[in-house]
Amino acid sequence: MSALLDLIPSLLGGLWVTVQLTLGGALLACILAWLGGLGKRSGFWPVRWVAIAYIEVFRGTSALVQLFWFFYGLPLFGIHLAPMWAGILVLGLNIGAYGAEIVRGGIQSIDKGQSEACTALNLTPFQQFRFVLLPQALVRILPPAGNLLIELLKTTALVSLITLSDLTFKGMILRAETLRTAEIFALLLLIYFGLAQLLAFLVRRIELRLKRGWHMEGTS
Amino acid sequence: MSTAPIVSVRGLCKRFGTHEVLKEFDMDINPGEKLSIIGPSGSGKSTFLRILMTLEKPNAGTIEIEGKGLWHMERGGKTVPADKKHLRAMRTQVGMVFQHFNLFPHMTALQNVAMAPKQVLGLTRDEANERGQDLLERVGLGDKLDAHPNQLSGGQKQRVGIARALAMQPKVMLFDEVTSALDPELVGEVLGVLRELAHETDMTMLLVTHEMRFAQEISDRVAFMDHGQVLELDTPANIFTNPTLARTREFLNAVLES
Ligand SMILES: Nc1ncnc2c1ncn2[C@@H]1O[C@H](COP(=O)(O)OP(=O)(O)OP(=O)(O)O)[C@@H](O)[C@H]1O
Ligand SMILES: [Mg+2]
Repeated sequence: MSALLDLIPSLLGGLWVTVQLTLGGALLACILAWLGGLGKRSGFWPVRWVAIAYIEVFRGTSALVQLFWFFYGLPLFGIHLAPMWAGILVLGLNIGAYGAEIVRGGIQSIDKGQSEACTALNLTPFQQFRFVLLPQALVRILPPAGNLLIELLKTTALVSLITLSDLTFKGMILRAETLRTAEIFALLLLIYFGLAQLLAFLVRRIELRLKRGWHMEGTS
Repeated sequence: MSTAPIVSVRGLCKRFGTHEVLKEFDMDINPGEKLSIIGPSGSGKSTFLRILMTLEKPNAGTIEIEGKGLWHMERGGKTVPADKKHLRAMRTQVGMVFQHFNLFPHMTALQNVAMAPKQVLGLTRDEANERGQDLLERVGLGDKLDAHPNQLSGGQKQRVGIARALAMQPKVMLFDEVTSALDPELVGEVLGVLRELAHETDMTMLLVTHEMRFAQEISDRVAFMDHGQVLELDTPANIFTNPTLARTREFLNAVLES
């Protein structure tokens, strides 16, 4: 065990990069998921069209290809992104596209009677969203969103391909230097697993908080 | 009746695709009247109520509430289709209780009732809660203020639904088969609340119902609908004991037998 521990300091820098990518990517993905998910439901066709195009393009191509495009492709058009920004951007866009479908599905799954009740009570569309749809959609969106967040964490490992020294990259370097392959892989496994558990725990906490005192089965 | 009707419907048509659900539908409803609508399944009863509640848009015809167009408005001397603002203004006059309650599951009974008065009518939190509590007590749920819908029985849920609609103080209240989704033993408590409203308020009530005896008891008039039209509109005594049309008699025989 102590043999494992002495490897950790050399990985810390990489861990920090991975955490930054995960948090930055999650924030952007969250924003894009709501924009995309609501946009796809918009009654105004240009908005709907943009949302659909975004979702389909970023779900239909791999994160790896997207990463290469943003880091090696865009400079050909005179746009240069720092590796960290390219990483966050691609992770956010990619995961956000999947998130958009979760958001859309979550809102769509709410019984039509809810919005009819809102109309009968003369709520504005915004009030309907804020007080009735959003709170119900959130508890349905959170569990799959938590899974997606873990997916995002795992996807961050791709960024070593655009010169970022994340956790995986640092592990590979360390392996080349020390040749302690088994230990390093075991350590990486543990750290990623620990991070994923932490994310799952946090999402679960939020979910429970939202549902406190709220009995959700059935919709009436 | 010498007073002007509170709701006046002329030539109302509604199609779903090629299916004509309301055909040249006419009806006048008097202020304070309790009017029941009966008729076979698919005759367009719900569709009519849903158009009144602006949940469904008619294809043709006019509806006036206190002389003002519901789906039409005046602009520059011309009659044009209602915009969102007009619909919103007109909706303050109308309320609805649903067959499947459509309560907000994430809110307590009190929140269900007090939310719209606070958000839409601009009552303070205390005023809205007081109104909500009064109404829930009135429907016999004074001890369920903090219960969520899933902790309530069907009959209790529907009484919350009624309190919620009453809280907006509409002049015309629509009830669409509000006891149909209930277990038989729970129907009575909801009918009891409706009966009290019918006797104690001057609210105009429009009830679609399959509870014939109840309709006969509380209605000022009863409309028999079939195939998207009102075939007969008369006092409950005449409709139930002495209907003019063979079709009405047929329908009543069929439902009263079962
Ligand atoms: N949104 C819709 N799309 C297509 N058809 C519809 C829609 N709503 C209602 N209909 C059809 O319109 C007809 C009238 O429906 P409506 O619900 O008004 O009947 P109803 O008199 O309330 O019947 P019930 O007693 O069964 O409730 C039915 O044939 C129904 O299938
Ligand atoms: Mg119906």
